[in-house]
Amino acid sequence: MVTASPAAVPAPPDAGPRRRAGRRWWRLVSPVLLVAGWEAAARAGLLAEDKLPAPSRVLTTGVRLAGDGTLGVHLLDSLTRAGIGLLLGGVLALVLGAAAGLLRIGDDLVDPPVQMARMLPHLGLVPLLIIWVGIGESLKITLVALGVFFPIYFNTYAGIRDIDERLVEAARTCGLGPAARLRHVVLPGALPSLFLGLRLAIGAAWLSLVVGEQVNAQTGVGFLMMEAREFSQTDVVVLGLVIYALLGLLSDLALRMLERRTLTWRRGLRAT
Amino acid sequence: MATRPARDLTGGVDDPAGATTGAEDPVRQTGPAGTATGPAGAAAVLTARAVRRAFDGRPVLAGVDLTIAAGEVVALLGGSGSGKSTLLRVLAGLDADATGETRLRGTAAVVFQEHRLLPWKRVGDNVALGLTGPDVRARVDRALAEVGLADRRRAWPAELSGGQAQRVAVARALVREPDLLLLDEPFGALDALTRLRMQSLLRRLRAEHGFAALLVTHDVEEALLLADRILLLDGGVIAEEIPVDLGPADHRAERPARSPDQPGFGALRRRLLDRLGVPAV
Repeated sequence: MVTASPAAVPAPPDAGPRRRAGRRWWRLVSPVLLVAGWEAAARAGLLAEDKLPAPSRVLTTGVRLAGDGTLGVHLLDSLTRAGIGLLLGGVLALVLGAAAGLLRIGDDLVDPPVQMARMLPHLGLVPLLIIWVGIGESLKITLVALGVFFPIYFNTYAGIRDIDERLVEAARTCGLGPAARLRHVVLPGALPSLFLGLRLAIGAAWLSLVVGEQVNAQTGVGFLMMEAREFSQTDVVVLGLVIYALLGLLSDLALRMLERRTLTWRRGLRAT
Repeated sequence: MATRPARDLTGGVDDPAGATTGAEDPVRQTGPAGTATGPAGAAAVLTARAVRRAFDGRPVLAGVDLTIAAGEVVALLGGSGSGKSTLLRVLAGLDADATGETRLRGTAAVVFQEHRLLPWKRVGDNVALGLTGPDVRARVDRALAEVGLADRRRAWPAELSGGQAQRVAVARALVREPDLLLLDEPFGALDALTRLRMQSLLRRLRAEHGFAALLVTHDVEEALLLADRILLLDGGVIAEEIPVDLGPADHRAERPARSPDQPGFGALRRRLLDRLGVPAV
């Protein structure tokens, strides 16, 4: 699961850009050594082929499956599920979070049940969800939507609540009505928090997908892994894990880039 | 002059005649009426009557009456916790729980003690906040030039010093061409040198624009340098009203600006400090 990455923490002030870059390369050493050790152990026969195949083997399998189009089909299905679930859960969370954050009646009506539901581990709902929505596509999408809902809801709520009341007041003295205050003060003020919520939500989406696709799926990366397990194709199982990891990494990276472009004003804040 | 309908905080009947005839307005502040309204016959830009506000049953404002004439600078002095800022917030229309009546003829703009710039908008966009029309850009540029920050239009608020940010806040108020400027300890958070510069900036701007101002401050010297009239807030009411007869506050070619060295300044300062309970050394 993708959490707020340590890279978001500002580097200590004494670290110049050069030193920081050097340190980043230095941090690559142990992962590279681990993979190399893994490869060497597999080639030396220390790791049984059917328990953990060599990384190079996983890579060739990946290239083969990508080449014959199998991987593309399954990946697309997984992405579609994640996308629809993210959209449904995200929009619902945004609407309810904004209602609870902005309106007192929304806070009173919406927040208590959400706080209660938060305590349920959403992946533990699978048996109940199977009874409710069956074992088809809707199960996977519901699971993703549920996973996405909570981080976005809470961060929307907190983002709105944390806005400096004095700024809202200043906007009022500048003649801004409620709608204009929402647009110029509340939305930009809550945006950093919304981004954090989205990042956590995407992590939760992949996690939900991993679980969801192991229940009666006919397509998707999870299905690929389950099917491979039945035929003892350990390389495909490991490949699936690698793909899940890459999906998490890439989506987080893309979001961080978007965040950096949208929140330029915070860089000015850091510069001083 | 744009006329905003009178705000009747009590929800009572508003007197339409009073809204159009400023000088004859029956609502007057306490104290000697002749010296109270500055230039004779000038219409009141702000009239407040029987303003009351309590926090948790503890009254902070217990029936404040005040009038500010067009173009007049009034300083509101008072000790810490005397309700100065509370009164300004009521007059700015930011306090929904106050009772009484405030009547604003024209427009008002507020400068707070903190700059309150939106950190996610560049300086120019902060000044332009809420403005409409085709010439917004030119008006913003002019306002920023007036406070000496024409070259910082594209800067983020976080990149400004405290004094610069406060100047932007002044520009944001000024660009609206207000009839009344409500200043809530606007230089209170600045260092002594910057405060002096800001005070002379305010004098210059006032000479150029002729706005009326209510200056909430705890700095007796600042009040004496900038104001035409000083109101002392004590016990929830305007306890005393002191006209400042030290000549016009702004600098003109034929004479220098008001200064602490001129005769009468020290005596007035002492009198105010006595009134505020600061003993002579």
